[in-house]
Amino acid sequence: MELTGAEILVRFLKDEGVKHIFGYPGGAVLHIYDALYQQEDVEHILVRHEQGATHAADGYARATGKPGVALVTSGPGATNAVTGIATAYMDSIPLVVITGQVPTNMIGNDAFQEVDSVGITRPCVKHNFLVKHVDDLAITLKRAFYIATTGRPGPVVVDVPKDVTAAKADYVFPRKVQMRSYNPVTKGHIGQIKRAVKLMLSAKRPMLYTGGGVILGGGSKLLTEMTQLLGFPITNTLMGLGAYPGTDRQFLGMLGMHGTYEANMAMHHCDVLIAIGARFDDRVTGNIEKFCTKAKIIHVDIDPSSISKNVRVDIPIVGTVDQVLQDMLDVLKAKTLKPDQDGLKNWWQQIEEWRKTDCLKYENSKKIIKPQYVLENLYKVTRGNAYVTSDVGQHQMWTAQFYKFSKPYRWINSGGLGTMGFGLPAAMGAQIAHPRSTVVCVTGEGSIQMCIQELATCLQYGLPIKIITLNNHCLGMVRQWQEFFYGGRYAMSYMDSLPDFVKLAESYGHVGMRIEDPADVASALKEAMSMKNKLVFMDFITDQTENVYPMIPAGAGLNEMILI
Amino acid sequence: MENEAGALSRVAGLFSARGYNIESLTVAPTEDASMSRLTLVTRGSEEIIEQITKQLNKLIDVIKLQDLSEGTHIEREILLIKVKAMDNGREEMMRLTDIFRGSIIDVTEQAFTVEVTGTGEKLDAFIEAVDKQLIIETVRSGVTGIARGDKCLRV
Repeated sequence: MELTGAEILVRFLKDEGVKHIFGYPGGAVLHIYDALYQQEDVEHILVRHEQGATHAADGYARATGKPGVALVTSGPGATNAVTGIATAYMDSIPLVVITGQVPTNMIGNDAFQEVDSVGITRPCVKHNFLVKHVDDLAITLKRAFYIATTGRPGPVVVDVPKDVTAAKADYVFPRKVQMRSYNPVTKGHIGQIKRAVKLMLSAKRPMLYTGGGVILGGGSKLLTEMTQLLGFPITNTLMGLGAYPGTDRQFLGMLGMHGTYEANMAMHHCDVLIAIGARFDDRVTGNIEKFCTKAKIIHVDIDPSSISKNVRVDIPIVGTVDQVLQDMLDVLKAKTLKPDQDGLKNWWQQIEEWRKTDCLKYENSKKIIKPQYVLENLYKVTRGNAYVTSDVGQHQMWTAQFYKFSKPYRWINSGGLGTMGFGLPAAMGAQIAHPRSTVVCVTGEGSIQMCIQELATCLQYGLPIKIITLNNHCLGMVRQWQEFFYGGRYAMSYMDSLPDFVKLAESYGHVGMRIEDPADVASALKEAMSMKNKLVFMDFITDQTENVYPMIPAGAGLNEMILI
Repeated sequence: MENEAGALSRVAGLFSARGYNIESLTVAPTEDASMSRLTLVTRGSEEIIEQITKQLNKLIDVIKLQDLSEGTHIEREILLIKVKAMDNGREEMMRLTDIFRGSIIDVTEQAFTVEVTGTGEKLDAFIEAVDKQLIIETVRSGVTGIARGDKCLRV
């Protein structure tokens, strides 16, 4: 069947099972929009800025485990999308971003709205393509989805010149794709897995440290089963929250720069560290020289280049998390050996001592709203069941600490790149994917202003997101560092001339609420959550002097936390 | 690697983005025109070389990678050097070229162009042996190499 490139592209998306794409039209993609207009299988969500498109597609992917798709025009459309692409790249999120391009005969001529999209995105994609001929379009798109979703997932950009979308070609949906240069592994080496299990069972002070890879690799259930079978303590990274029930006794909370005292101390003192789908990020390890010096390290990861990158490991296992965990469980169940019970008993005694520090405690106030108090109440009101997105800064850390995620795909935040402006569009993606679920965006008055234009998109598509703004009139995390390390010189971290967020929400057609009295926090949250069909923008005026604790200062080891 | 537009810039970009050093780089299509063979010389600790190897393998366009320095191998580089050659100097330059098993491939009244092939070190030694005042221009191809014996890099 002969179709135009634009028709092929849209037909392909349908055949690939794509239900929603996020985008913004422009000259180079007009043919594609015309083809979208004439069908109903793929729903297009019109964002208000291309950054919103990539973040929304990203949020959609994080909330479902399926690839997110964005469509933007050439030139500024592509450059605006880059922040979202880089955000997805750093957190290994499967994304296919289709960028329009000027016609092939004008490429390189500094044409109107031309940029080298493939060149600009090269360092922040898993792979990218420029489609030079309409005959290559369908197979290239297939490769893009294949690469984005297999191995270590990541964003893939497909740059499509305008003339390619107008030219005609026969279309057959490519069911299979094979690439000689790309064959991601799945199964881990069974010999290594047996060695790892033996080491785990010999441990006196074992520790599980798991990351976003467990969620991306669909390993949450198996991880939970294995952890409970072994009786080992477990910590999750910022990206890994929700992979293990946050309310379980074996869970020590998040680790790292703003991790709990018990998680970081257990990391520091363990004798066997089992890292799964985590990448030893600098925000996790603190000073590498002082990191887990007493431990033998097992590292399970899909990406060989993550292994022994920052920290040398003793038993590397390359494979998908679900396969490796299944193999580990099989080996464990076949063994008659049990973990060292005496060792574990002493280890748990020590951990319970650390836990008594109650490192997340804070002094509540009757006069001014404490941010932690808002999040504790948010957790209670939503019963821990909401999809929660966040922006970047103090509110992000407090959410990670106080919202006890117990299921995967519920916690959606920009961990690696730390992109302010991510929260609202990501929440749109999550809400589109789960129309009947509660989706909450926890943000600050700084971050929310970076993609605030998306409030219009939310109205257009009736997305009843609940926005929780912890408004402390300052860039809280910047302010915190300035207080600790720059002698209290608060350079540019004060947020002056703020809009009236209630009126702003109302002018966009939503409900706005301002909450200033701690006594109103719980009731306001309940009221907002009861408005099932409305976006509610909650502006909580919070205590500016509140800081995120514990904190590991730069250059310090995990056992050198600043407690409150 | 795949003989595709942009494949080379992915390799070069990876080195600059991650702060690795490229000492030399050569690339040309193989007997199978859909593939190119790229030889790159870099330096680093064992850990860095391990990371470079893993990162290169991650590039979708890289089909297969071999660290030639892990086994015995042959490396070759071509040097073309244009030198002033007048009077007695002509004789001397011819002798020097012979010693290095090079050949004079272009001649004018004033100058010779000499081609020398060998390892990078041999070319360094040749340049070192020529009086600095006489050198007009040099160009080196960058190192290319192949494993010794039956070991081979094939897809």
